[in-house]
Amino acid sequence: MDKPVYNHAIVRSFVTWSVVWGLVAVLVGVIVSFQMVLPELNFPPYLTFGRLRPIHTNAGIYGWGVGTIFAMFLYIVQRLCRVPLWSDRLATFQLWFFNATILVSAVTLLLGYTTSKEYHEMEWPIDVMVVILWVAFSINIIMTIVKRKEEQMYISLWYMLASIVGVAILYLVNSAAVPVSLFKSYSAFAGTNDANVQWWFGHNAVAMALTAPPLAMFYYFLPKSTGVPIYSHRLSIISFWSLIFMYLWTGAHHLLWTPVPDWIQTLAMAFSVMLIAPSWGSVFNGYLSMNGQWHQMRENYLVKFLILGITFYGLQTLQGPMQAIRSFSAFIHYTDWIPGHIHMGTLGWVSLIAFAGIYYLLPRIYGREVYSIPLANLHFWLVLIGQLIYSVSLWIAGVQQAGMWHSMEKDGSLTYSFMETMIEMYPYWWARAVGGVIYMLGLGVFIYNLILTVRKGKPASDAVGQTA
Amino acid sequence: MWEKKPFLFLILATAAMLVGTIITMVLPFVWVNTEADRIASVSPYTPLEQEGRDVYIREGCNNCHTQTVRPLVAEVLRYGEYSKSGEFAYDRPFLWGSKRTGPDLARIGGKYPDAWHTQHMAAPTAMIPRSNMPAYAFLGERSLDTGHTRRKMEVLGFPSTEEQIAGLEGKSELDAVVAYLQKLGSDIPWRQAAQTRVVGELTNPYLGDSSVIAEGEALYDQHCAVCHGKDLSGDIGPDIQDLDMADADLYQILYNGLPEGGMPAFDSLGSTRVWKLVNYIKYQKRH
Repeated sequence: MDKPVYNHAIVRSFVTWSVVWGLVAVLVGVIVSFQMVLPELNFPPYLTFGRLRPIHTNAGIYGWGVGTIFAMFLYIVQRLCRVPLWSDRLATFQLWFFNATILVSAVTLLLGYTTSKEYHEMEWPIDVMVVILWVAFSINIIMTIVKRKEEQMYISLWYMLASIVGVAILYLVNSAAVPVSLFKSYSAFAGTNDANVQWWFGHNAVAMALTAPPLAMFYYFLPKSTGVPIYSHRLSIISFWSLIFMYLWTGAHHLLWTPVPDWIQTLAMAFSVMLIAPSWGSVFNGYLSMNGQWHQMRENYLVKFLILGITFYGLQTLQGPMQAIRSFSAFIHYTDWIPGHIHMGTLGWVSLIAFAGIYYLLPRIYGREVYSIPLANLHFWLVLIGQLIYSVSLWIAGVQQAGMWHSMEKDGSLTYSFMETMIEMYPYWWARAVGGVIYMLGLGVFIYNLILTVRKGKPASDAVGQTA
Repeated sequence: MWEKKPFLFLILATAAMLVGTIITMVLPFVWVNTEADRIASVSPYTPLEQEGRDVYIREGCNNCHTQTVRPLVAEVLRYGEYSKSGEFAYDRPFLWGSKRTGPDLARIGGKYPDAWHTQHMAAPTAMIPRSNMPAYAFLGERSLDTGHTRRKMEVLGFPSTEEQIAGLEGKSELDAVVAYLQKLGSDIPWRQAAQTRVVGELTNPYLGDSSVIAEGEALYDQHCAVCHGKDLSGDIGPDIQDLDMADADLYQILYNGLPEGGMPAFDSLGSTRVWKLVNYIKYQKRH
């Protein structure tokens, strides 16, 4: 039987660049975490918290997150369809246009060109670049699926396709703006409408960029790594449709108690709680797939990354709905709890799955075995400990801060001034910065292992290694 | 069936996503920013305020400061009247934020005099020693770029006069930011409405009680010294060393503030602590 000649070169390039941007994201994150405790580390005009924080978030989401999505999707789509990519030239264009877009984003954000909309700060010319990039990517994925040799589309391809349309709709609507100049535009929407559109985008960007794609990877890499199929195809179908239906109702849980109409807030709260079901559908599907295979947690480091990843997904999708309940939101929203929550999702869930995916790919795209499994284990423990220190310290911080903000005296006065609540945060912010440094060390070990794999890794057996 | 037909699958997935989108994102446009939530006294930004707003956006102030007061007891007490939809009708983009590393700014307008903001922006830690806000002194040294002001006002559909545009000449970026901050939340007369009218006579519960002076001093240092000086000799605010004023009148001023004079209200401290402040300010010299 003729084996198709897959395009692995493009996967290698996307892996490399996503890791580069991931390092940038974490490095800038560590810098801003120290700026929180040592304000003299702000160097205006360019190197201030206000300008660097969007670089941290966008490098993380688009550079590292979407970069790995491109790498993994371009690999998985060829394997699941049993055909090479529809267009290698389009994929090469996508690679360089992706890097150009991220680079231009970072530079313009540093210069202060920003729309201020969270996770969508880049000004309108970059929105145009993102649209071109996404269209190039979408056409290649869809056309590869269209000319596939495998009739059935595996669940991973569903999540991929949903992600492709979802991101397109969200990004286009939230980009709507009227340009004033090349570097300045005003949102097409005003006030409460703008807020509602923004968080419809913001929350569903999490769904379509940081939930559906890692699920696509998880459903592909878990069976590949363990050697046993996913527990239930039917459960994955039910979870898929209910997830993509319900997610889009929930954006306003970021806007509880704001002037956004109450009924939108109530719908967002209800659908957020309902979302536990499809989220945990995938979590259970992962856990039940491990029946009789739990010994692999000890023997197979890939499984460790994947199972801890899906576990953090499970925790994230319980904590999220809890925060989406009005009474708890009244207490905890706007505190440091929230970055604690977000980083469990990004560092715990999305990144652990991406790390597993990259380790799995190495022998297949480079034809070399991973240089050191002990180093991969060290990487695992450093990023896990770093992330836990980060999240747990900020959860405690958030509860204390919220308690102090709401604390009242018998005469109906406030117990604490704002500054009295803020200075209590310093020890937790220090702990968070330390957690970030440990995480960055883990990333360093990962990158070292990657470089040595490429340079010195043992040749992979023919069964896995077929470099194109 | 859809498992084998990618285009049919794409259509079905899009449809599934559009239901919630249309109901919770598109439908609200029918009510929001219409007559239903309009507030007549809310006005568009002037050219100076809008330029200040754009500097606020450029510096990413929204990363640490929110701009919505929620209808919660402690929050209204801390920041002021809760935010109304109609107050944001001219905000493109909205700047509600998502994290309060610093305090909410939705009601900052009119709370302090301009001089407070100018000094604070230049060196926050000089006024509030343990603040972690970066210093924005450079804004005061940069003159406002007015190259696009006319076009901005056109795009936003805000009225502006030639005098207003000409008036931007010589203004610094900091002047613009302060003008913007002073506008925030002040389009509705909430400060007047929030003032407590005392019924009956106010009597100083600590008159002659020197034991509260130390506590009063600690409160003074924390809340008042920034403007009136550690020794009460004045700085941003007036000299208050020799106040010739009845205890009850001083209490009223501390409790409700002087909105027109830039003196904030300290009602959130409560009656007990405000009386201790009164006793410190009036009687510290005798001890």
